[in-house]
Amino acid sequence: MTQQPLDPHQKLDIEEILKDLESYHPKRKGWTWREVPKEGVDMGPFHFRDMSKPLKHGIGLPASKYFENIDPQPSCVVTTEIASGRFEDDLRRMRMAAWHGADHLMVIRTTGQSHIDGLMEGTPEGTGGVPITRKQIRASRKACDLIEEEVGRPINFHSYVSGVAGPEVAVLFAEEGINGAHQDPQYNVLYRNVNMYRSFVDAAEAKKVMAGARIFQIDGAHNANATAKAGWLVMPELMVQHGINCAFSVAAGMDKDLIGLSTVPPDAPPAPKLWYDLPYAVALRDFFSEYKMRAQQNTRYIEADIEEAIRTHTIDTIISMLTSADVQSTITPDEGRNVPWHYNNIRGVQTVKQTWAAMDGVKELLSLNMNGPLGAMVRDIKVRAVAFLEEVVAVGGYFAAVEMGFFVDSAKYPERNGDGIARDGKGGVAADSIVARDPDYYAPVCSHFGDNHVPGGLRKPCDPIDGCTLCRPEKIVFIDELDPEDSAPKRLEQTLPYRKGGLIRPEAEWAGDGVMLLQFVVPEAEDVAREAGLEIARRMGLQDPQVVNLMVLHPAEGCFIEVKGRVTFDVKKADLKIPPKEEMLPEDEIRAAIKKVGLRVVAATVGEDEHSVGMREILDIKHGGIEKYGVKYHYLGTSVPIGKLVDAAIETGAHAILISTIISHNDVHRAQMRKLAELCQEKGVRDRMILIAGGTQVNRQMAAETGLDATFGRGTKGMHVVDAIVKILRARGVV
Amino acid sequence: MIQTVSSEDRIARFEQRRAELEKMSDAELKTRFWELCDRVVAPIVDLAKTHTSPSIERSVLLRMGIDSISSHGVVDRIYEAGLLGKGAGHVVLRLAQKNGTGVRAAAAAILEDKDVLQGLF
Repeated sequence: MTQQPLDPHQKLDIEEILKDLESYHPKRKGWTWREVPKEGVDMGPFHFRDMSKPLKHGIGLPASKYFENIDPQPSCVVTTEIASGRFEDDLRRMRMAAWHGADHLMVIRTTGQSHIDGLMEGTPEGTGGVPITRKQIRASRKACDLIEEEVGRPINFHSYVSGVAGPEVAVLFAEEGINGAHQDPQYNVLYRNVNMYRSFVDAAEAKKVMAGARIFQIDGAHNANATAKAGWLVMPELMVQHGINCAFSVAAGMDKDLIGLSTVPPDAPPAPKLWYDLPYAVALRDFFSEYKMRAQQNTRYIEADIEEAIRTHTIDTIISMLTSADVQSTITPDEGRNVPWHYNNIRGVQTVKQTWAAMDGVKELLSLNMNGPLGAMVRDIKVRAVAFLEEVVAVGGYFAAVEMGFFVDSAKYPERNGDGIARDGKGGVAADSIVARDPDYYAPVCSHFGDNHVPGGLRKPCDPIDGCTLCRPEKIVFIDELDPEDSAPKRLEQTLPYRKGGLIRPEAEWAGDGVMLLQFVVPEAEDVAREAGLEIARRMGLQDPQVVNLMVLHPAEGCFIEVKGRVTFDVKKADLKIPPKEEMLPEDEIRAAIKKVGLRVVAATVGEDEHSVGMREILDIKHGGIEKYGVKYHYLGTSVPIGKLVDAAIETGAHAILISTIISHNDVHRAQMRKLAELCQEKGVRDRMILIAGGTQVNRQMAAETGLDATFGRGTKGMHVVDAIVKILRARGVV
Repeated sequence: MIQTVSSEDRIARFEQRRAELEKMSDAELKTRFWELCDRVVAPIVDLAKTHTSPSIERSVLLRMGIDSISSHGVVDRIYEAGLLGKGAGHVVLRLAQKNGTGVRAAAAAILEDKDVLQGLF
């Protein structure tokens, strides 16, 4: 089946994605790493040492425009977690994230799915995540197949194999081409209270299935430092948890290069982060040198302040670069205040891109000083981890240790606070549900773990059924919807006007949700500021306003607050007056006209204004300024009075006056622009002089109100200015 | 859970272990770590090899081309009949062979009347 490639100027057609799903199969299976040229990557004016092949389509960091629009892509796979509850809206978010450099899209399950005893089907709406179903995966994978073509890099699609339906979920993932998954039986036991025997018996089967489909596994050990009260003290235990899952996974048939450790720098400023996080990162990479590192950013200490989160995440990424990361995951910086909004997925990815570019090849410049305290701290963590394991063996093994509360205790091993999570082997969800295999036990399928008495003479265990679904995908049974009322097609009907019907509303999570964020300062103490903020939002017409963040600037002087709310009106696209894009004249025509009149201009920054950079860029040949097109200019400098400038123009016989006005305090920029027009009028030169102004607070509409011929704002280049001059000359019949 | 070793004893035991471990090189310590991990998981791997669960058996039926909803009911019937230790796939396959049908029809037959499981083994 061939799909129409995506057009970067067209929205993803969700209805089209959902069509013919029953016969769609993923075009490839298994995990994909980025292509990283050994010799480095040359981009724009730079040589990068630790980057992967660039994207075909993408959006660089804001500052990339100063560097030939390069968008260097880190050597590691970059993750973002996407799960708004409505997977059909997440597909659009995935496309945005992919354009910004994410190639590992992780879908969190809806609340409670890990306790559902079996697979979910259809596309019901989720809470705090998405119900993971065959239809949801198949549609998402189909969208990813299109998006990866568009950006020019494979996308790894990821979800979770845990709970009491692990083996079935693993089969579903293998059938549908999921590329990565969390799987860790300890997670079930400790955090989901699934019976420990059941959890491990299921896990072996799930891992075997994952191995067969080359699904990259991520473990769940990092939850210990997200859960323990003092996350920075549980490091020896984390090593043990990683070790148990790795050893168990290898025994179940996984390749080590598809086993990833989920590791989080456990600390956050104002703690002295490096003194805890760096020794741990080094110790982990020493012991687990044969395995892959999936470095996650810290969530444990993320508050509602987005900038604080981003700063911590930057340092987390630096720790990855000082040690190693095969996958760098990102946390949306708004996780501490709401279900992640889509533009914050982008911000998370940007944090990694920005840090990685800045610190490219850092290991060639700096090395860790293992002879100092770092070496001693690394050794101490390792010794405690080994001693922890020795004690596990001494008390009778893993299950005994869990019963005795060995894990997730918040003290530094061997100390105990007695707040560990103890589980009873006879208890938990699905207790007493494993069954001993009979001597003639048989499972006629591939990727099956453990004793299997396959009849003699068979090439494959699935021969008697003429092939299992892993060998013959056409045998997979596709269930569409179980509850048509709670389904993606139903929700899509409601959001249709906002996707295809010409109506516009802001959005943060879902099409047409109307959610927006206000940021402002209320010069009052915290309690008053909070209520004032809500009242201001209400009067602005926002529904359900909530203060999502409040930063005290001073106990009495005021607070910075952020209020979210919903707008309930629609804007009609057809009613908007979109200013037509300025059609530029061909360059040779511009040059010819300039030559014909021998165009001369005078230029200056006017008023009490010392900004010179903007004007120099418009003028100088070096910056592609008007000089390049043959214009002769006379530059008078900064803080030049308008009168002096007009006099100079008259004396030199200039055709045009160019002013730059950056300072906009008290509207001084507008005043300067008007004054220029008036003075030229008084001196009787207005008709033959072309008057142009530019500045950061200037826009194209200001020409009419100030009486000038053309006005320009941010991002203007010399070519825009000469284009305008030649058009005016033509209009006046000069050329 | 009852802690059988006093906390002082645990700390003392740790100090003894640490003294021994400190004699090891980094490489030896790493080897020891992985030996212990393997030793801890070995009995669990054996448990997994010799046991199955309703979810494992449902995952087998899925792989046989039986839909998720039917798989659930079929495994429940087989579990109730005490035949899960044979393997649900094995049971369904044997019924299909006995009836001369495909495995989907056999699964449907089990859902319709669990008595078809009688006397299969």
